[in-house]
Formats: sequence, structure tokens, C-alpha cells
Amino acid sequence: MVIAFNGAANAQCKAFAKKDCLPELGAYTHDGNYHAAVLVEGEEAELYKTFYSDMEYRVAIVGEAKLPQIEFKIMDSNKNVLYSNKDKDYAKTWDFKLQASQQLKLVVKVSSFNQAGETPASGCVAIMFGFKMKK
Amino acid sequence: MVFVFATLLFTGCKGGKKASDEEVKVELSAEDKTAILQDIKQAEKIFNALPSPLESAMLIKSAGARFNEKALNPVSKVSTYVTNKDMALNLGAYTCDLSFASLYEQTQLLIDYMNAAKKMADGLGILKAIEQADIDKLEENINNTEVIMDIVSQTFMNSNSYLEDNGQPATAAMVLVGGWIEGLYISTQLVDMNEFNNNKLVAKIIDQKLSIDILLSLLENSKGNPAVDELIVEVGKLKAVFDKINIKSSPVRPEYDAASNTTVLKSEVKLDITPQIFSELSATVTKIRSSFVK
Repeated sequence: MVIAFNGAANAQCKAFAKKDCLPELGAYTHDGNYHAAVLVEGEEAELYKTFYSDMEYRVAIVGEAKLPQIEFKIMDSNKNVLYSNKDKDYAKTWDFKLQASQQLKLVVKVSSFNQAGETPASGCVAIMFGFKMKK
Repeated sequence: MVFVFATLLFTGCKGGKKASDEEVKVELSAEDKTAILQDIKQAEKIFNALPSPLESAMLIKSAGARFNEKALNPVSKVSTYVTNKDMALNLGAYTCDLSFASLYEQTQLLIDYMNAAKKMADGLGILKAIEQADIDKLEENINNTEVIMDIVSQTFMNSNSYLEDNGQPATAAMVLVGGWIEGLYISTQLVDMNEFNNNKLVAKIIDQKLSIDILLSLLENSKGNPAVDELIVEVGKLKAVFDKINIKSSPVRPEYDAASNTTVLKSEVKLDITPQIFSELSATVTKIRSSFVK
């Protein structure tokens, strides 16, 4: 039951990621990696990735329409917050480049509708990265 | 508890709006709901993202390295890979070689490596990862690097998403490891030791130290799989060499550039590696890569 569910949910997430998240990368080349999962209101996901100094990056983080706002923040290895989309009206993308290569941590959280007693909403959240060579 | 959690997710995904208790068909008390939500909050999902083969190839090119076909895994070996592990590792390796060839506009090689990657993907039973239509499109756009990179990116996503979605995370991890090691191997082969100091490519190779723990975490998720357990041992040897390299970074300072609507993450980094340690790293990578491509 659980396996069958996961397969169906993942396939649904892949289609969602391709349709709704990939276009957000715009002129950046998608790196080819795929990160998507079904998340529930209030749930968090973390992603660790190294970003390189010779590249310009765009991260796109998109949740299904039935979910509340998706919050994401980017932190360095000392847990300093470098960016939070909460300060940018929950923007779906963030463009950045680095002076020196760094491993960064992304924390993605589905915010809450705050309706006590109701079954929490759940849906796919996709994270994708695009890059281009630094000009 | 897992069953109830899964059922909640299933109904929640179904209709495009929040599911009612009737749809769930499981009677839950308020206490149960609170407990489930608590479990959900604790069940944090963690992704470990390695550089994709395309990104690895781009890093090599951005460092100004010259193309050298001899550094690639010959496509003539494709029929010798018959086990799941060999095909997964070499799907990653061939995708990296394919990306490398595409960035250097090696048109015939590009087609050959796409065919080799297709054979690996087909052998792993990955449906529709690389279709004949993709190869035809590649041939039609052989001089259009942008279209080629999109095709490479899309076919790689098809492969790794298929494996993840079909309960094969160990195989998906092996594909990524194969691509990452191939990129590291090509990089080390292209370094001119007569120009070691301030070498941009050496700096890119040192940067890979930042991904070694991510790589190990990715493999640890499939610990117990015999093929993955072997890889953990090999990657552990590589980590031991990377640990001899010092990277000191100042705190990261974000600075927003309104003109380009881009944030620049500023920091200063001091890298410390001797030619001897680099040679040890190169030898270790070569040994691991040789065990992959045989």
C-alpha cells in the first residue's frame, strides 16, 4: 500500500515538476537533477548542495496550488541565513552567484493554513537548479 | 502509523482541495491528528544534491581546460557492462562524457555517447529515458549548444527521476556517483602539472571536497545494498585524501545587485594543496574510476 502510494505520488510530482517548476528556470540551463516530494502543511525539507564560483545560479521552488505559501531560505555552513523568500513576498525563484564556491543548505517549509482540526493539506513541492557560466 | 500517514497524503493529493475525514475513511480523534502532525513535522525530508554530469562538465570547461578524448570512457566498452551496478555507474560516466563532448562541440562523439548512455539506460530498464526521437533531435540541432544541453539535461532527469520514482534510489545514487567520479577523473587528467600554482582547474578539483560528504550521505541512504556498500568504502578512501586539503573560508556576505537582480555571495577562500597531495588524489580517483569503467 505504501509502496503503491509512493509510486503514484512520485509520478505525479515528476509531472508537476516538469510542468510547473522547470519553466521557472527561464534562460538558465537545468542541471538535470530532480528533487520533488509530497509535503504536508508545516512540514520541512532540507537540501544540501555545493555551488561553484564560476557559475550563476537560479533556484526555483514551487508547490502545488492547493498548498499554502512555500517558504524557503538559504543558509551557509554556519547556519547564517543568506536569503529568505518570506522577505520577497514568497518569490518562487532566487538568482545568485558566488565569489567563492560554498556548500549551502536550503530549507523549504510549507506554511500552514492554520485551520485547527482539519486534515492538513498536502501536495508536491519541487526544487530545481539552473545555471549558466558567469559573464 | 506509516499507513495512516500515507493514507492522509493520498487523500490529500487526490482532489485539488483538502480532503475531508469521510474521504480519508479513517476515524481520527483530535489527539490522533495532533500526534500525526507532530510525526509529520519530525519526518524531515533531506535531499543530497551532487553536481549533475552536465554541471561537472561545465565546471571543467569554465576552468579553461582543453578537450581530450583520451580522458573519456570509450563507447566500445558499452557491451561489457551487464550488471546493474556497472550499467548505473557507466550511465553516469557516459552522461558526463556526453556533456563534456557537447560543451566542446565534438559532434560525432556527442552522438556516440548519447547512444552509449541510451544502451545503459535501456539495460537498467529505464523506460523512455533516452528515446530515438531525442537522438534524432540531437542530430538535427548538432550545432546548437543550447538545444543540445537541454536534451542532455532532460534525458538525465528522465533517468534519475524514473529510478527514484520506481523505488530504486540505490541505482539512482550510483548513476550520480558514476557521473561525479567521471567528472573528477577528467579534471585531474587535464591538469598541467607544470602550471600547478594558481591553476583554475586545480581550484575546481579542490572545490569537489565540498561535495564529498554529500556524496557519502547520498550513499548512506542506501546502506545495506552490497553494491552501495562497496562504493562507500571506495569513496571513503577518496575522502581521506580530500581531508588532507585545507579550505578556509571567511563568513559569507550576501550583497544584492539591483542592476542584474542577482545576489552576490561574497567570501574569501584560502585553498591549500601540495602537488604531492594532488598526485595522491589523482591516483585515488583514477583507481576508483578504473574499477567503474574496467
